[in-house]
Amino acid sequence: MKKVRGFWFFLILSVFVYGIVQFLISAGMLDIYYSNTLIFIGINIILAVSLHLVIGITGQFSIGHAGFLAVGAYISAIITMKLQLPLSLALVAGGIVAALAGLIVGIPTLRLKGDYLAIATLGFAEIIRIIFLNIDYVGGAAGMQVTHLTTWTYTFVCLFITITVITNFTNSRHGRACVSIRENEIAADAMGINTTYYKVIAFTLGSFFAGIAGGLYAHNFYIIQPSNFGFLKSFDILIFVVLGGLGSLSGSVISAIFLTIVSTFLQNYPETRMIIYSLVLVIVMLYRPQGLMGTREITDFFGKWKGSKGGNSDAAKSFTESS
Amino acid sequence: MQQSPLLKVHNVGINFGGLKAVSDFNMEIHQGELIGLIGPNGAGKTTCFNLLTGVYIPTEGDILLEGIRLNGLAPYQVTQRGISRTFQNIRLFNELSVLDNVKVAYHSLAKHSILSSIFRLPTHFSGEKEMEEKSIEFLKIFQLDTFLYEKAKNLPYGMQRRLEIARALAAGPKLLLLDEPAAGMNPQETQELMELIAFIREKFNLTILLIEHDMKLVMGICERIYVLDHGQLIAKGSPNEIRNHPKVIEAYLGEEVVESHVEG
Repeated sequence: MKKVRGFWFFLILSVFVYGIVQFLISAGMLDIYYSNTLIFIGINIILAVSLHLVIGITGQFSIGHAGFLAVGAYISAIITMKLQLPLSLALVAGGIVAALAGLIVGIPTLRLKGDYLAIATLGFAEIIRIIFLNIDYVGGAAGMQVTHLTTWTYTFVCLFITITVITNFTNSRHGRACVSIRENEIAADAMGINTTYYKVIAFTLGSFFAGIAGGLYAHNFYIIQPSNFGFLKSFDILIFVVLGGLGSLSGSVISAIFLTIVSTFLQNYPETRMIIYSLVLVIVMLYRPQGLMGTREITDFFGKWKGSKGGNSDAAKSFTESS
Repeated sequence: MQQSPLLKVHNVGINFGGLKAVSDFNMEIHQGELIGLIGPNGAGKTTCFNLLTGVYIPTEGDILLEGIRLNGLAPYQVTQRGISRTFQNIRLFNELSVLDNVKVAYHSLAKHSILSSIFRLPTHFSGEKEMEEKSIEFLKIFQLDTFLYEKAKNLPYGMQRRLEIARALAAGPKLLLLDEPAAGMNPQETQELMELIAFIREKFNLTILLIEHDMKLVMGICERIYVLDHGQLIAKGSPNEIRNHPKVIEAYLGEEVVESHVEG
């Protein structure tokens, strides 16, 4: 029952982090700039973790994640702004519609592999963006006005649910099936795993959380425009996952935090911002080509949570030394 | 031998474009038999395996497992109906632990749903626990339980082969297909492999079909042998019959040698 203890540890830590930040915000010690940055970090973590499920766990190289972000953003904005319903409902609806979009996109594209899949998902994301660009109901190219509704509480609750669900999924027979597809699709098939089914499931689940992130994203700004969801946004999310280490959830979280902070601080130097940001990426990739965490999880270092991605590292070490 | 065969392959063939890779392939395997499939390089042996396991769909003929037609089923469905296999070049889940490799094969035997895993319902815990216990028990049989949490890629070659066989067996097959299990093994390891195959056959009441180039192994343990050449079945019979079959000698050694080398 080690895993259960790990969960309680995670829960207490989350409540603790949430409590401190919420206290600082309500006591007025964190100004709007910092609390917005924290919310933005939270949204980016949700995006990174949801794409981690598709790329890191299932090994399907999708670069159209911004499309599902857009679906979630627009659907939730329609629900709060046009239908005057509460944000919590909007977030769930955004997630569900994004998941449906993921299902519709996933069923045909996930038959493709590697580069072809990447191009197809990129194409679908652009299609989604252009659909929104041409719907006058949501403002077309001019965008849509959205009230600022996203709070730290909303963001943190969504973040907590995302990480818990994706961790639970990964550490089960279903997650193991997804990892086996990443490791060797032919062998997974030969072991009785319905590979298409699991690829579509992972893709849909990833899209669902991208949709929720979209809802938070839309209500964190005052306006959403189709140009916010171009393929550069997809690449931003992809970079979180790759930089963190393919197959490592904690790696995606750490790199999402790290890169969001870097790019936020660099906003003070607009001329050199993109140069420094790119340099950071190049340097990390030169010195850690496997990503910040490789395939390991942060919990491996504490000996808790033997993840489904391959045992604990201590046993591996003692074995290589003895042989 | 009077009962109906476990596997019946009837006039199966496959074309890749204009190329007939395998044609008119017939085979009958009865419960409990150990059958060898041999042939020179490029004869179509692995293609036959791929036809049997659903990787390729035959362009003609029928494949029947216990009387049920397998043509057109996806590989995972074929596995669920009771045929599992190993690969010529080892295909383990390298980054997964030895234990998890076997757990993947147990996948279809556990029944807890995705939702029960996400919400961590009791069925998830009981299902996972059962999988874990069964997998460990299984690895004990194969003497791999000392490396439970080792990544599969870190195992020595012989053990990787053994793990692959263990994983194929964990999927609960009635018929096990081994594609060159002794490839790359030294004589000592081959000997151990022969003992292992005899052991699992006994223990799991298994029917085995194997492709092999090591004639010592094939002649040593197989009860009947099928010989393929250029996608055609050229001979079948007991090891002794095969050893002296002129067509087999011709396929392996060439025509001219036949005259001087027909030996008993």
